[in-house]
Amino acid sequence: MSRTILNRLHSAALALLASAFAPAALADWALNMPVGVTEISKEVYGLHMLILGICVAIAIVVFGVMIVSIFLHRKSRGVEPAQFYHSTKAEIIWTVIPIFILIAMAVPAAEGLIRIEDTRNADMTVKITGYQWRWRYDYLDHDIGFYSTLDRESNQARRLNSGTDPYSVENYLLEVDHPLVVPVGAKVRLLLTAADVLHAWWVPDLAVKKDAIPGYINEAWFKADVPGIYRGQCAELCGRDHGFMPVVVHVLERDEYDAWLVEQTADKVATPENVAATRKL
Amino acid sequence: MSQVDTHSQHDHHDHGPEKGLKRWLFTTNHKDIGTMYLIFSLVMFMTGGAMAMVIRAELFQPGLQLVEPGFFNQMTTMHALIMVFGAVMPATVGLANWMIPIMIGAPDMALPRMNNWSFWILPFAFTMLLLTLVMPGGGPAGGWTMYPPLIQQTGIALPFLIFAIHMMGISSIMGAINIVVTIMNMRAPGMTLLKMPLFVWTWLITAYLLIAVMPILAGGVTMLLTDQYFGTTFFNAAGGGDPVMFQHIFWFFGHPEVYIMILPAFGIISEIIPTFSRKPLFGYESMVYATASIAFLSFIVWAHHMFTVGMPIAGQLFFMFSTMMIAVPTGVKVFNWVSTMWRGAMTFETPMLFSLAFVFLFTIGGFSGLMLAIAPVDFQYHDTYFVVAHFHYVLVPGAVFGIMAGVYYWLPKWTGNMYDERLGKLHFWLSTIFVNVLFFPQHFLGLAGMPRRIPDYATQFADFNMVSSIGGFGFGLSQLLFIYVIVKCARGDVKATDKVWDEPRGLEWTLSSPPPYHSFNVAPEIK
Ligand SMILES: [Cu+2]
Repeated sequence: MSRTILNRLHSAALALLASAFAPAALADWALNMPVGVTEISKEVYGLHMLILGICVAIAIVVFGVMIVSIFLHRKSRGVEPAQFYHSTKAEIIWTVIPIFILIAMAVPAAEGLIRIEDTRNADMTVKITGYQWRWRYDYLDHDIGFYSTLDRESNQARRLNSGTDPYSVENYLLEVDHPLVVPVGAKVRLLLTAADVLHAWWVPDLAVKKDAIPGYINEAWFKADVPGIYRGQCAELCGRDHGFMPVVVHVLERDEYDAWLVEQTADKVATPENVAATRKL
Repeated sequence: MSQVDTHSQHDHHDHGPEKGLKRWLFTTNHKDIGTMYLIFSLVMFMTGGAMAMVIRAELFQPGLQLVEPGFFNQMTTMHALIMVFGAVMPATVGLANWMIPIMIGAPDMALPRMNNWSFWILPFAFTMLLLTLVMPGGGPAGGWTMYPPLIQQTGIALPFLIFAIHMMGISSIMGAINIVVTIMNMRAPGMTLLKMPLFVWTWLITAYLLIAVMPILAGGVTMLLTDQYFGTTFFNAAGGGDPVMFQHIFWFFGHPEVYIMILPAFGIISEIIPTFSRKPLFGYESMVYATASIAFLSFIVWAHHMFTVGMPIAGQLFFMFSTMMIAVPTGVKVFNWVSTMWRGAMTFETPMLFSLAFVFLFTIGGFSGLMLAIAPVDFQYHDTYFVVAHFHYVLVPGAVFGIMAGVYYWLPKWTGNMYDERLGKLHFWLSTIFVNVLFFPQHFLGLAGMPRRIPDYATQFADFNMVSSIGGFGFGLSQLLFIYVIVKCARGDVKATDKVWDEPRGLEWTLSSPPPYHSFNVAPEIK
């Protein structure tokens, strides 16, 4: 192993110190949700920060009162305890004010939810099927379909006492052989189902997490604004290798995507695996 | 409270306990049964804790070093089942057994033989559950939520798991009926419902929750059993069944279950804070109404555990709004506790320290719960370590700290000896520091994208996982100190007074420490 436990502990302690001063500088000590690359993911991030902000504000007030009380109203300071035990006015106030705060949260949350659930006017549709333990992507507008499995290097390194240092594997556990490929700016509709047990398809940067359920076809969608590679994982316990079925999405520029499509169609004739896959469509 | 004469009736009721093993096997005494429940729960707490240590050791660094993924899943599944049904629930039942008859001025529980049976089912149920770990195919590994179709891939452990759950359910239902009947019929004259201590109130409501939802769990797991062995297809889509239906059934049980675990802790905290603030509980009646509201709401929020299953938007909106509403009565409780402290004269003995930590840390768990209620954001949080952090905050520094506070509060009453305050405080500080080192970083892990229930993870999650594991080992080791303090107290020679504390309220402090074998043979007078 290139890094011993002691080494890691040492760097962990250092990073803990450093992160107190510059959390943004250390990606490994990520503290918050990614903003993501879709309009929805940005809205979700905004909602998350709003609710977190409200919670922190309430916490400061409530914990503040408690801390003041703990310091001032202690027997060791020789105080006489008051004997009040009731105040209708106070109790009405702290029932009503939270209701208004909750309404202020509920309105943007409901609006966001309605936008997330609007799968109309999609530019393309991909059917996603969860298997123990890999994903299958079928492009319903084309004759393209393939399985997406954990890449070989990660798969070797993740064996019990494999002798391979996970740090030596690029994108350890977050790389697949065949990623989902989509064009930038297109509204991609996803139809999710599963062949055996429950799975959940999740990519944090796209703010999509939806269960893949046998016998069900669930809908979701995303529209990525920035080309790039986005990674996620299966999010519903699906058995032994639940931790080893990542999701990788390549968002390509339009022309690159078109070239990829041509390549796939050409490929399909060449390999028997793809012929078999097409037949399943 | 007038003087209580517990030795005036020299008839057959005034006997001591039997000697030896018979005392524990055949006992119908609420204190003996309460003690057995509490010891059993402590044993289960350490067993489930050992499993948590395996989990945190494997997650100490990326890569698999100690266990195979299949065994890891058995550990997460069994850890949850044992902690929920074996540690937290029996602990609160044990406290109920010990304290409710005393708090309402009764001689014992209303149904003492059933009480014996409710307890003695548990060791058998959990022995059977634990034995599944050495069965061919191993123990259940589909998560404590037992979602089909995955749970149907369990080997021969499945029927044993289901039978164990049936036994636990029977035990809980009998225990709950006993508590309801005791509270409804055995209160001392003058002890009206709205004069009952809050611990009695929260347990009364908890008992109704148990009676309402344990049969639903039993029904759900029985359907799993018939799907597996008798050809039914309740949850099998290929046979016209619906795998999501199980989730609805499970969480219709599961959400009230959350309150079954936390409401008794609310009651304990509501007893302790007034004692050490030397001030009456603020807003007693609103505490009762808030508890009842929480219990009612707990029946109409279940699907917030399943926002990602693809519910219609109306359903998602309903469960989002109903869940957010729980924040209102929960807020009332927190505000009332803080107001009870306000302008009191506080001292900080171990039970009070645990109660204060409870208010702080349970509230943090409440905040993350509110965040999880927001459906569009829950799509990001769902099934990540953010959820793990959330429910461990409400269950460990929530329910478990509540129980520990109660144990320290009443231990001198139970044993007649004072516990070692210095060691108690040390146990408190170690537990509180390590529980935060253990669970707070898990919020960050979840937000950064780490799913729950995975034995290995991408390297960017390594740092916080290591911190969390160190916290876990620290918290686990600190609990050995808890056992030491209890044993030392039980054997100790520093006698406790009858009142134990400065100005405690409640009937338990009018009895001797330890109380007579039959608590109140003559009903106390309630002012
Ligand atoms: Cu999966």
